[in-house]
Amino acid sequence: MELVIASAVGIMTAGGIYLVLRLRAFPVILGLALLSYAVNVFLFASGRLAVDAPPILSKYADATYTDPLPQALVLTAIVISFGMTAVLVMIALGAFLENGHDRIDMEREDDAENGDASA
Amino acid sequence: MTGMTSGNSFLPIIALLPFLGALVPGVMVRAGRTACASFTALPTALALVMLGLLAPQVMQGEVIETRIEWLPQLGLSVSFFLDGLGLMFAGMILGMGLLITLYARFYLSADDPMGQFYTYLLLFQGAMLGIVISDNILLLLIFWELTSLTSFLLIGYWKHLPEGRQGARMALAVTGAGGLAMIGGMLILGNIVGSYELTDILQQGEAIRASEWYIPALILILIGAFAKSAQFPFHFWLPHAMAAPTPVSAYLHSATMVKAGVFLMARMWPVLAGTEAWFYIVATTGLITMVLGAVIALFKDDLKALLAYSTVSHLGLLTMLLGFGTKMAAAAAVFHVLNHLTFKAALFMTAGIVDHEAHTRDIKRLGGLARLMPVTAALGTITALSMAGIPLLNGFLSKELMLEEAAHTVWAGSHYAVPVLATLGAVLSVAYSFRFIAHVFLGPVRDDYPSKPHDPPLGMWASPALLAMLVIVIGIFPAAVAGPLVNVAAGAVTGESLNVYLKLWHGITPALFMSIIAVAGGFVLLALHRPLDRVWQAAPRPEAKAIFDGLVNGLTAVSDRVSSGLHNGAISRYLAIFIAATVAMGYIAWSGGGLGAPTREMLPVPAVVAVGWVLLAVAVASMVGLHRQRFQALVVIGIIGLMVSGGFIYLSAPDLALTQISVETVTIMLLLLALHFLPKETPCESSPARRARDGAIAVTAGVGVAMLTFAFLLRDVSVISDFHLANSYTGGGGTNVVNVILVDFRGYDTYGEIIVLGIAGLTIFALMEALLDGPAARRLRNSDYSNDRSRDRHPLMMVVATRAMMPIAVMVGIYIFLRGHNQPGGGFIAGLVISIALLMQYMASGFAWAQARQKIEYHTMIGLGAVIAGLTGAGAWLAGKPFLTSAYGYFDLPGIKKFGLGSAFLFDLGVFLTVLGAVMLMLYSLSRIARFAGETVNVEPMDYDPSRRVEAAQAEGG
Repeated sequence: MELVIASAVGIMTAGGIYLVLRLRAFPVILGLALLSYAVNVFLFASGRLAVDAPPILSKYADATYTDPLPQALVLTAIVISFGMTAVLVMIALGAFLENGHDRIDMEREDDAENGDASA
Repeated sequence: MTGMTSGNSFLPIIALLPFLGALVPGVMVRAGRTACASFTALPTALALVMLGLLAPQVMQGEVIETRIEWLPQLGLSVSFFLDGLGLMFAGMILGMGLLITLYARFYLSADDPMGQFYTYLLLFQGAMLGIVISDNILLLLIFWELTSLTSFLLIGYWKHLPEGRQGARMALAVTGAGGLAMIGGMLILGNIVGSYELTDILQQGEAIRASEWYIPALILILIGAFAKSAQFPFHFWLPHAMAAPTPVSAYLHSATMVKAGVFLMARMWPVLAGTEAWFYIVATTGLITMVLGAVIALFKDDLKALLAYSTVSHLGLLTMLLGFGTKMAAAAAVFHVLNHLTFKAALFMTAGIVDHEAHTRDIKRLGGLARLMPVTAALGTITALSMAGIPLLNGFLSKELMLEEAAHTVWAGSHYAVPVLATLGAVLSVAYSFRFIAHVFLGPVRDDYPSKPHDPPLGMWASPALLAMLVIVIGIFPAAVAGPLVNVAAGAVTGESLNVYLKLWHGITPALFMSIIAVAGGFVLLALHRPLDRVWQAAPRPEAKAIFDGLVNGLTAVSDRVSSGLHNGAISRYLAIFIAATVAMGYIAWSGGGLGAPTREMLPVPAVVAVGWVLLAVAVASMVGLHRQRFQALVVIGIIGLMVSGGFIYLSAPDLALTQISVETVTIMLLLLALHFLPKETPCESSPARRARDGAIAVTAGVGVAMLTFAFLLRDVSVISDFHLANSYTGGGGTNVVNVILVDFRGYDTYGEIIVLGIAGLTIFALMEALLDGPAARRLRNSDYSNDRSRDRHPLMMVVATRAMMPIAVMVGIYIFLRGHNQPGGGFIAGLVISIALLMQYMASGFAWAQARQKIEYHTMIGLGAVIAGLTGAGAWLAGKPFLTSAYGYFDLPGIKKFGLGSAFLFDLGVFLTVLGAVMLMLYSLSRIARFAGETVNVEPMDYDPSRRVEAAQAEGG
């Protein structure tokens, strides 16, 4: 199981980073979303893995519980990363609508003068 | 130092008063200029009174100390102490502050923003005061930097003048850079002693001088002090700072800013002085500065420039005296600090009056003012004579002491070097002082002044008059008036009580002859001024400003080249560098440390998990492969999110699974909406080599992260969660520990997070508003999206189905919210679920139709949520507990325990509302853009409504 989680985190990280390094805004946003999955699972896993041990206190038995703290932190992280994705989407959209393209690399000043800013 | 008094609360108040007072002038300026000035004077006067209350103790040799711990780990504490030296400087700073406040009230014109001026003045005064009464050297450094910053504001006060801006920048660059050097020196000093308290450091002079770090520390500290006190070769900033309004010049260059360096040398005198290095560096620099400043001053035609260079010269004199390293010389320096303050501040003010009345400061255009403005002329003459060192005025006394000390100082084996140069300095000083009198006030009245000069109102000459009176009184009764203060201050510098006899007549001494030579030589130089001036003006000499500007421009050009080379706008390149560097650092850390043996067994992998893993891996691979087809990539990312949620469920994290799946839904809707306006495909732009490089970086990083995860998953670590598990029910009143952590144990974090989320929502709204005002709006209006649109945008089936699902979804949301404290759920998840329910209505029935039925604005909802959460947190205060921490307490009383439950519930409600409002506001903003893109507004919920036809048929039939 540990190997499964570790490799899943690795796969998502690799995919996320590859997409983050693309040149257009949309794949970068997708890459960041993928990367945030990876980071969230990574943080969650730092509480170590446990099956059938949710941190819901049981009245009846001396149950074992998994570590609740990373879960609480990751829960807010998921919501916040949504908020950040939304801001990024909005910025990307704004940049696209203002400039007519969604390249993330800024043009050099000398290129920008005769660039397609007016296109 | 006979005794120590501690725990006095006046000192921190004195240090704080100017900063508090700085808030007032900006408000009071609306009440008029006089009210503004009065309220500026108030904190200064109050601080002066408190200082006066402490003065008797200090005059008896006590040292008043007070100390508040701030960051003990760094050795930083807010500790102040007041000894004789501090008392004298604090008194000068505050007293001059009052006089300057009065003078500036009349000097500044109605067009100048007076509130700003007084605010800067008080900030500067506070910073200066902080320097002279700080006990902790780190605190002192903070105030030191503050003086650089605030003096920048004061010097550049006339923002419209380029000289003002350039002068301010130069002063900041020079004194700020000196300050940086000093930080280094002070830290070395603190390291040698093992304490950052000045009172400790001052006891350790022997150890410091013996340390091998003494020379570096000395040089660094002296660079700081020399830069501040305008010593050669840093002297050039001071004359350029004269672009400031005259009250600023009078304050900065007589009593405060430039004296900070002198103060520091005096403060550190017991520790640093007395070595050869100190003597040769400090005394020589002082001597050069004294003579050089005096020479330049003689040939300056601008009144303020003359005074500026004379200030440089006098600062050199003070530095030289401190550099001699003898106790009498140090005492003479302390006395001269006081005297220089009185005559130089008055002279600056007089120059300001002349400028104010005659509208010129050019000596060549002045003369004969004694008849036109007799009061000003009298004040200027008295104080200038004191500057020249004429008997019966205080400047004479300290100059005598200086010459006396210089007379028996041996420099590198020579008995004549110092006395001769000191006498030369004195000659020049007499010459420029006489020139100030003769060429401005004496001579025939002219008829070509730019403005007809006459004496200003009382308010303007009252301050210099008071100072001139001091000049005379100290000059005649030195022992009675200044003696005690000088003795106690000099005692603080030298570390033992001195008894300096300040008196007029010292008998026939070498100093007397040197004084006589000085006065005679001064007259000769003045008589020869015209031919000498011609020679001087023709002679080539280095222009400091040009050198400085060249240096700054060169550095700027280099920095510009470096930063534009590194920072060329290619974000993808930065990211690649950033990721590669992170991976490399991870590798270094990994290879540096060992790894213990695994302590945990691996869990078994059931078949369903294996299937999930395969799905996830394939989904990631296809996403990377398909990312150019943007819609397909979005579908695939949904699969990945689903698998992650499934993983959370399997691994005992039901809350996370619920959150992930609802966030997933919202994210995909958001991206779909955005994709409507973005290109549907990504063009292939990067070269194969680049793709291979990115792939290599990505795979390396992925492998690294996987290995790291695998490594820690197999090893145990001590955690703090047992506390949360044990106290969740008894302390937080809930059995869902994750939710209790969110709303109770770490409620502060959650509070911060919902505020971030709310800000993100508002940011998006603001971006959208800005966007729709700009060129983007035109582009949107002119774009044709009609091909993207479905013919049946609001299909009947979907409208009806979502309508039916709405109450069910809302009910589920409320249920999830209510049970959240004990079972998986809570405010975050409920907020997301309800927003999905609402979004379904938007999608099915259209934006306008749904918006018309929206009763609460989303902004309001965000605000309401934050307020409810905040008030709930503040409610804990009622129970006498800190903000949001009431649940940490154990309440056995039944009533209070119930209250605890209620507070967590309310807090979660705040979370719920903020999440709902933020999510909805984000999607609402995107939808508004769609409206701009020419999307038609639907008033009907469905595009094709069969009930209409039925109604129509009935109408026809009936």
